Amino acid sequence: MIRNRRGEVAVAYLLILPFVLTYGVLFLWPTLQMVYLSFTDAPLIGAGNWIGLENYIEMFDDRRFWTAVRNTAYFVALTVIPNTLIGLGIAMMVSRLKGWQQSIILAMFFLPYILPVSVVYRIWNWMFNLQFGIMQYPLTAIFGEPTAVFRTQWMFMPAVAFVTIWWTCGFNILLFLSGLRSISSDIYEAAALDNANRWTIFRRITWPLIWPVTALVLTIQLILQLKIFDQVYLFVQGGRPDPSMVMVQYIYSQAFQKNEGGYAAAISVALFIIVIVFSVLQFQFLRARGEK
Amino acid sequence: MSVAENQATAVRPAAAARDERTGKKFDVGGLILTLITVICALLWAFPIYWGVITSLKPESQVIADTVEFLPRTWTIDAYWQVLVNTMIGRWYINSLVTSLGVTAITLVTSALTAYALSQLRFPGRTFLWFLILASFMVPLTALIVNHFILMAQLSLINTWMGVILPQLIHPVVIIVYKNFFDSVPKEYREAAKMDSASEWRIFSRIYLPMNWGVTTALAIVIFIGAWNNFLWPFLAVSRPEMMNVAVGITQVNDAFGVQYARELAGAILAALLVAVLYLIFQRRVTQAIMLSAGIKG
Repeated sequence: MIRNRRGEVAVAYLLILPFVLTYGVLFLWPTLQMVYLSFTDAPLIGAGNWIGLENYIEMFDDRRFWTAVRNTAYFVALTVIPNTLIGLGIAMMVSRLKGWQQSIILAMFFLPYILPVSVVYRIWNWMFNLQFGIMQYPLTAIFGEPTAVFRTQWMFMPAVAFVTIWWTCGFNILLFLSGLRSISSDIYEAAALDNANRWTIFRRITWPLIWPVTALVLTIQLILQLKIFDQVYLFVQGGRPDPSMVMVQYIYSQAFQKNEGGYAAAISVALFIIVIVFSVLQFQFLRARGEK
Repeated sequence: MSVAENQATAVRPAAAARDERTGKKFDVGGLILTLITVICALLWAFPIYWGVITSLKPESQVIADTVEFLPRTWTIDAYWQVLVNTMIGRWYINSLVTSLGVTAITLVTSALTAYALSQLRFPGRTFLWFLILASFMVPLTALIVNHFILMAQLSLINTWMGVILPQLIHPVVIIVYKNFFDSVPKEYREAAKMDSASEWRIFSRIYLPMNWGVTTALAIVIFIGAWNNFLWPFLAVSRPEMMNVAVGITQVNDAFGVQYARELAGAILAALLVAVLYLIFQRRVTQAIMLSAGIKG
């Protein structure tokens, strides 16, 4: 029996070994290295000196760092809640349909989600093209002249947020759809017998019952959008990146363009902490509300 | 007979009244809602349609003043130009190899670990499980600098391995597998134990085959994720011939200046494989996305 137990433990260790190795080398080690690097003045590749908290002190006085934090927060504000609400709205529209009709309509809403970001960029860059873009028709109607959306500073973030919602909403729609399916149809039938109108049904039945899913989607969205880089980087290509710099982009520019490995690591630690704090806080907050 | 008839007539007005309140009134509202849904879906999918249509026009019609929702002349010239003048074939191979690599390695290491966590007792089990759950909320994006340093130290920059390795951390795959392994009835395992089957046999002959559906679903979603990943493949590779297709089409400009149809043709080729994969495996993709968000479906 003891032999058997020992055998089981040996087998278990053998089975988890590949994972533990990859996890240790590619996750734990880089994380520890990141913290260590943030206390040095090392370039991207090569050794540096221990300089204590200097990178962090510099960071707090760095106006470009705070711009990056502000832009990231702005992007989060522009995307998280709208993306969640639009996802819920579309899911409610799609859930009314049945069978193959639902499949087709759902696929039309979902298809953008599986596109690579560079394809999304190419498509929307063409849609908004200053000379030939089809979006210039509505834009000209609104602003009176063709508008270079991604070259106009105040429009840049909202436009990227708009494209991001178009791109990623499919994911939210799927989650909401499965949530809506699990609400029993008896409740709706009872409400219909009571002559409740659509708005009342939504306020009193759908919204409270779908809240756990809404909470989940909000959390996932928040954490995802804090890590924004790809779209901002691609759409700003050929323009001035500084005014719309987001956090990951600032890490990228410090590490790979300015060769400031230590400082980039300090910003990475900041991002790391922000994401974790938000994950924990929001999880607690949403759970607390969900229990009421 | 007459009683039954009486009952029927008594019921009918009530039913008719309910029809009036719910059924018929809802039909009008419902029809409008359906119409709105269809219009929204068409608008939503329009940019993709427009990209495809533009790529099938000759360049001279692309920059015409009028809006034409169908090409006057259909041509695949832009696609030929992309295939001949860029390294897109090479990029496709890079994307395929690295995405398949990420998928295969992630699935194997995760399934083995999940089996051990689910079925075996060993010291450190709880700690490992806690570590996996905790890493769920850690942003891998914050590790790009140190991943780059690590890959440079291992001389893996500009190699397939260098693209693959940092993409292997998917704690959610283990969580999903463990949930499914947990719900396999214990009797199977006990019966196999009686026949003194080894753990490997139990895993590969019972637990894995019983969960093929989950494996396919996870495989498709990991593959699509790796194919679409931009940031890391973009950082890990600087030589054009080692780029993934999603990176290559944005980083390498051909020497002929801006050609809209050609740009879009490249983009559509880059998305083609995953789009087809999605359309074939629509159900599985949907299921996998639910699974990875923590909803069993």
